[in-house]
Parts: sequence; C-alpha cells; structure tokens
Amino acid sequence: MSEPKWDLTRLGEWKAEEFPLGAVIPEAGNSQYYRTGGWRSERPVRDPKVCTQCLLCWIVCPDAAIRVAEEKIADDTFDYDHCKGCGVCANECPVDAITMVPEGCELTEAEKDA
Amino acid sequence: MPEQKTIAATGNIFVAEAMRQCAPDVMAAYPITPQTTIVEEYAKFVAQGKVHTEYVTVESEHSAMSACVGASAAGARVMTATSSQGLALMWEELHIASGMRLPIVMANANRALSAPINIHCDHSDVMGARDTGWVILFAETAQEAYDNTIVACRVAEDPDVLLPVMTCLDGFITTHSIDRGQTIDDETVKAFVGERKPDYALLDTANPVSHGSFAGLGGPFFEFKRSQRDAIDRSKPVVERVGAEWSKIVGRPFGLIETWGLEDADVAVVVIGSSAGNARHVARQLRAEGGTKAAVVKIRCFRPFPAAELAAALKGMKAVAVLDRAESFGAEGGPLFLETRSALYDLERRVPVVNYIYGLGGADVKLELMRRVYSDLSDIASGAAAAEGLRYLGAR
Ligand code: SF4
Ligand code: SF4
Repeated sequence: MSEPKWDLTRLGEWKAEEFPLGAVIPEAGNSQYYRTGGWRSERPVRDPKVCTQCLLCWIVCPDAAIRVAEEKIADDTFDYDHCKGCGVCANECPVDAITMVPEGCELTEAEKDA
Repeated sequence: MPEQKTIAATGNIFVAEAMRQCAPDVMAAYPITPQTTIVEEYAKFVAQGKVHTEYVTVESEHSAMSACVGASAAGARVMTATSSQGLALMWEELHIASGMRLPIVMANANRALSAPINIHCDHSDVMGARDTGWVILFAETAQEAYDNTIVACRVAEDPDVLLPVMTCLDGFITTHSIDRGQTIDDETVKAFVGERKPDYALLDTANPVSHGSFAGLGGPFFEFKRSQRDAIDRSKPVVERVGAEWSKIVGRPFGLIETWGLEDADVAVVVIGSSAGNARHVARQLRAEGGTKAAVVKIRCFRPFPAAELAAALKGMKAVAVLDRAESFGAEGGPLFLETRSALYDLERRVPVVNYIYGLGGADVKLELMRRVYSDLSDIASGAAAAEGLRYLGAR
C-alpha cells in the first residue's frame, strides 16, 4: 500500500493555521491510508467452488475491498486492511458463495489465551 | 470618478443589478417573498444572455444552499438570495458553507418567521443565523443594498477571509419600495471585484482534492473552529478596507457602524436597517425643537460585531436605547441589545442601556413611537426613570 504524498508525521501537533483551509485534504483518493480493517468483527470468506464470477460483490462492496484480476474475482479475494466486515457482499451474493466468519474463530483455545 | 447613473428602483432590483455586475458563475435559488424579485430579475438576465451564470432552479432552499456549497467548492463564484423560512431551511448548510470556507454571497430579505404566518419585515430570520459563521451586512436603503452586495463579493473572496457573506435588506420596506439610487458602470464593478482565485477547486482536475472531510473525536475539529474564529475576526479590517475603497469610487460612506449627531449628544439610539432613517428624522426634529440632543448609531456590519467601535461611539452617553427587530425569547433582551450592552461592559463609566423590541412582523415604526424612545431616554438621562425592563415599542 502506498504512503500519503503529504507529510503527516506531525499531524497530532498541527496548529489551527497549519491545516489546509476548510478541512480540504489536498490529496484525492486518500481513504486508502485509513485502514478500516480494524473495525471488523466478522470476516467474509469466499468459496471459489460455489462462486459463479458474477462480480456483484465487487460492485457492491462500499470499501472497494474485493480484488479483481483479469476480469475475475482474485484468488486473494479480500483486502482485509480495508474490509470492515459489513457483510454486504455476503448478503448480496446470489449463490451464497460468501460466508461471514467470526474473527478469531480459527484460533485454538490456547492461541486465544495467548 | 467613474460616471454613475441615477435610477429609481426597488431594493431587490438594485441587488439583482449588483449581482449581475459581480457576474457569479453559478446562482442556485428558490423563490420566497419578499426576496423573489431578486432571483426573478436575475433569471431574466440569464434568459436575455446578459450574464454567463449557470442558473440552477432547485426544489427548496435546503437544496439551493447545498448546490451553492457544491458549486463554490468546485471553484465558482456563487450567489443566491433568500428570506425568512427559506433561510431557516438553509440553516444546516449555512454552517457547512462557513466551515468549508466557501465565499458564497447571499442576499437576505429580512422577514418574520412563522407562526403565526407573516410575510413582513423583522430580523428574526437573520438573527437566528447570527452564529453560523457568516459575515453579515445590513442595508438601510436600496442604495446600501447595492453597495453592500459589491463589497460583500470582495470581502468573501479576500484571501484573509474566505467566508460566506450575507447581505440583508428589510423585507418590503427596502426590497419593494421604489427608492432613488445610483449604479455604476459594469467595467468599474468588474475591476473592483476581480476574479475568484480559489486555493482548492474540485474542477481543478490536475490537482484533485477531497472536500467535506471528517474530523471526529481526537481529530482537528476544535482547531478548525478556532481558525474560523480567526478568519471572521480578520474580516473586520477587510470589511473596513474594502468598504473604504468602494466608498472612494462611489462617493458614499461605508462603515462598520455609521453615526449621526454623535459630537454633542447626551443620549443615543442604536438601530439596524431601514428604521435608522426614522430614528434620525425624529432626532433631527427634536434638535430643531430645542429638545433632546440625540445621536443615532446604525449597525451596518453585524458580523463581525463592531464592539470596540460601539464602545468608542457610546462612551459618555447618559442613556442608550437599543432597538431590536427580533426577539431572543427568554434572554435578557433582543440580540442587538445583548451584544451592545456587552460591548459597553468594559467602559470606565457605566452607560445605562435600555432595550426596545419593535416592528415585529412589519409592525409600523411610526414617528410618534420613535419620539417615545427619545423621551424615555431623556427621563433616564435626567435620573427621572431607570433603564430597566424590556419594552415592546407600540405593542397593544
Ligand atoms: S464485508 Fe463489506 S467491506 Fe468487507 S468485502 Fe464484504 S462488502 Fe466489502
Ligand atoms: S457475488 Fe458471489 S458469485 Fe458473484 S462474484 Fe461475488 S462471490 Fe462470486
């Protein structure tokens, strides 16, 4: 993932007059720097054997977190840095190829304790 | 001095003419009495090809100001007009326009707010918007409405300001009465207002930016509000400077406040808008009769509030009456009273201040009512009466 073009290292110390006027962000497409993946309590998992490649999930994902390669849903389907776990894709998939799995369920009890 | 043309027209026509000369790129507006003839006249300019303005007809004032916000963020010079319920419906976008630092210019034809329904003049509409971060100018006459519109365009777009400006004129009294005034040639206005040069424009596709960002908990929201406060404070000398520049071109006065008879006055009336004329007329009569020596202080710029200027003008007065054409229900008095008395608080000698609510919903401000104010002021000045109580001037 690319880094912002403007220097935000001191952002927390900026004084009122240092911010761009009117809360403008002088770099478009900046939402990629904001990792919404941490909001997730459930993660989507796609079953490629069921998926018909209709691309509907790719269209409806509000975070552009579904990857497409060569006009097909990519094997490495979800960008978990940005997928916030809303479940829209699972809900909209016409063949129920996407399941929402609780985060952390793949861990063993010992791993959870650690 | 460039040649000026004397014409007879309503305040609204003067405003539409000034807007045409400022040549906004976009106007998004919705009609509402008594503002309608501004946007109606402007629509004619568009239809006749006299302006290049993109005229956006919308389904409400909420949409009108939303469209203005979008167009201004795109980099356009934007103007609109509204009144009363329309201004109330715009309220949330008023904050957005100032927070996004968009130099929109809007005329407001002052009119009462419902209920009961009333279409006539008072200042309830704009006073409800006084804390929305807009610079607010008031006109006494059609001429001032013309001048204020042109000055507003420059002030709004000044790099030290970049805030929206509302120019108010009294509903029907100023908007619809035919008044004598002067307009100047298009070239002079064009040179005076210049072109808008936005720092960030959505239409500048070579430099894409995000407008309307989020600044939540722990974000810089607090700092942004601070910078807005700094900007409106900075607008004060800009209003004065731009006003003085315009004043030099047209040969008419322009001040944050405008005073009459201050030099030797014992008492003063503070007033906004068209009633300043009545106040001066009666003050002049009283002086001619050998009566009270009164001054009249008219507020032309309400935001930023000219507190220091008022304190300097009113210090040493034996009594001051503040005339409010709006209520602030449950407060100590009307909005102008609250701010005027606060402006006088730091003076060495206490100035007795009394508040009158007058003219709500277009209630007539007859000369004998004005006389009553001056006679009350004499009583307070002589110690015969106390400066207390909220007075409803002329209410049955
Ligand atoms: S869960 Fe929501 S955010 Fe995540 S991939 Fe599906 S639609 Fe996108
Ligand atoms: S919506 Fe379902 S079937 Fe369609 S591409 Fe996405 S996962 Fe596959």
